[in-house]
Amino acid sequence: MFSRTYRTAITVPPLVWVAVFLLVPYLLMFCYSFWSVSESGTIAHSWNLDNYHELLTKPVYWQTLLRSMWIAARVMFFSMLLGYPLAYFLSFHAGGRKDLYYQLVIIPLWVSYLVRAYAWKTILGTDGVLNTLLQYVHLTSHPLDFLLYSPFAVVLTLTHIYTPFTFLPIYASLEHIPHNLVEASHDLGATPAQTFWRVIFPLSIPGVLAGATFAFVLSLGDFLAPLLLGGPSGIMISNIVVSLFGAAYNWPLGAAISLCMLALVLGLIFFSERLEKKWSFS
Amino acid sequence: MKRALHQGPRWLTAHALAVFAFLYLPIAILILYSFNGQGVGGFPPSDLTLNWYRILFSDAAIWDSVLNSLLVAATAMLIALLFGIPAALALDRAQFPGKAAFRRLVLLPLILPGIITGLSLLMLFRVAEVKLSLVTIVLGHGTALISVATTEVFAGLQKLNRAQEEASLDLGATYWQTFWRITVPNLKLSIIGAALLIFTLSMDEIAVSFFLIGRDNTLPLEIWGRLRRGITPEINAISTIIFMFSLIAIVFWYRLRTRAEVTPEIGAELVETAGGSGF
Repeated sequence: MFSRTYRTAITVPPLVWVAVFLLVPYLLMFCYSFWSVSESGTIAHSWNLDNYHELLTKPVYWQTLLRSMWIAARVMFFSMLLGYPLAYFLSFHAGGRKDLYYQLVIIPLWVSYLVRAYAWKTILGTDGVLNTLLQYVHLTSHPLDFLLYSPFAVVLTLTHIYTPFTFLPIYASLEHIPHNLVEASHDLGATPAQTFWRVIFPLSIPGVLAGATFAFVLSLGDFLAPLLLGGPSGIMISNIVVSLFGAAYNWPLGAAISLCMLALVLGLIFFSERLEKKWSFS
Repeated sequence: MKRALHQGPRWLTAHALAVFAFLYLPIAILILYSFNGQGVGGFPPSDLTLNWYRILFSDAAIWDSVLNSLLVAATAMLIALLFGIPAALALDRAQFPGKAAFRRLVLLPLILPGIITGLSLLMLFRVAEVKLSLVTIVLGHGTALISVATTEVFAGLQKLNRAQEEASLDLGATYWQTFWRITVPNLKLSIIGAALLIFTLSMDEIAVSFFLIGRDNTLPLEIWGRLRRGITPEINAISTIIFMFSLIAIVFWYRLRTRAEVTPEIGAELVETAGGSGF
């Protein structure tokens, strides 16, 4: 029903924009990762695999990558642990207050990411809220210093930030479960636990996968929370990339690491898609 | 049976309460300590004061950055809508080679860590010899947030009754007239929703801006600079003010939406983006 001109008019401008500002930059990143920095500090456009060789041979890079993945995995686990039961509660037991609660989950997203991370710093610091509180009630005589500037602080803060992101897709997929399926399960004599594990949970898997992917991928690439709260032991892979693009001035190596991250993320999305197809009943 | 289903186990309620406490604790601390005489840290907060607000209001650098951020957010919103709405229409009703790849590419910034989007654009601007400034930040935000406009509007299009557009065309209206008189009004809520979302996301964006910043700071980058330098309680004050404004915006949006009885879309979109089963 739509004319060729109409279709051209809606297709070409976004295609061009996306090609220039998304496709070309990704390709550039790909090219950069095979270049190198010359002695004089300019980018030498000679193609080689040196950057990738360095990534594989220097332990600091893949160790940091592994540590970042471990931090991201913990964030994913904890935000799932917080987000799933919350989504379930809202979807099945919140009654008329559902919408209100939903908004209450969203509202923290409106407070700046940085500011929330900073608030955790206020809470966890040596003369911070938690430590002074603990001393005030005589639970401890010295401030606990493992709270801040540690991977713990990073995991806690990122969990705080990404819990709503895991909640949202899970809630959406729970809301899409037809209620007569749940009722049928009850009527046929299943216990609430059976109904949950055999009916509700399998149907919510697309949401779980999406939420898990978000929490993992976004915390994997985070560099602000580690800088603010991580301390030396909480450094993540993106922090290395940031320094390579800044003070260390080695864009090609930074591009190679970014490209590895990009590949990892795309692989994860692909994997979660596969899993979802397998679990999809619709 | 019904009642048992509605009440749910008690631990579930307790868990929900605990999660809400966890989500709101930093925000409560933030607001509380914006009135704390000793600045940050210490418990219980003592000698309440409005001092930080007074300092904040006479701080020109912060207000400049607020202005910059508003400017960036508004322009980025325009770009994202200008290209995101056609992109959604194209995905809905045009066939072209590479459509699947295009869809993936458009949505990618939604799930990609901001650092990758930021750095790849930085390389583009370096190669094209574009000087970094607020303009490069606008281009970065606009590009990254096209994904939001596209998903919101696409969801709206899925619910659109195609017959209205057909009738309009059959009755002799041009495509342009049909677009403005039928398509856009039907998508009004999706577009407003997308616009609000893009605006807020841009206001808070830092990972992409971090790499594209020129001489002028946006608010998050100004905050970042101060946080790096040390303890700055006026940040608590400005955050409290922004939080209050956000609450007003939420209430406004909420009322608009409940009047139209539209269910929230963003969660379902996140499923589609990460899982790819949508569209």
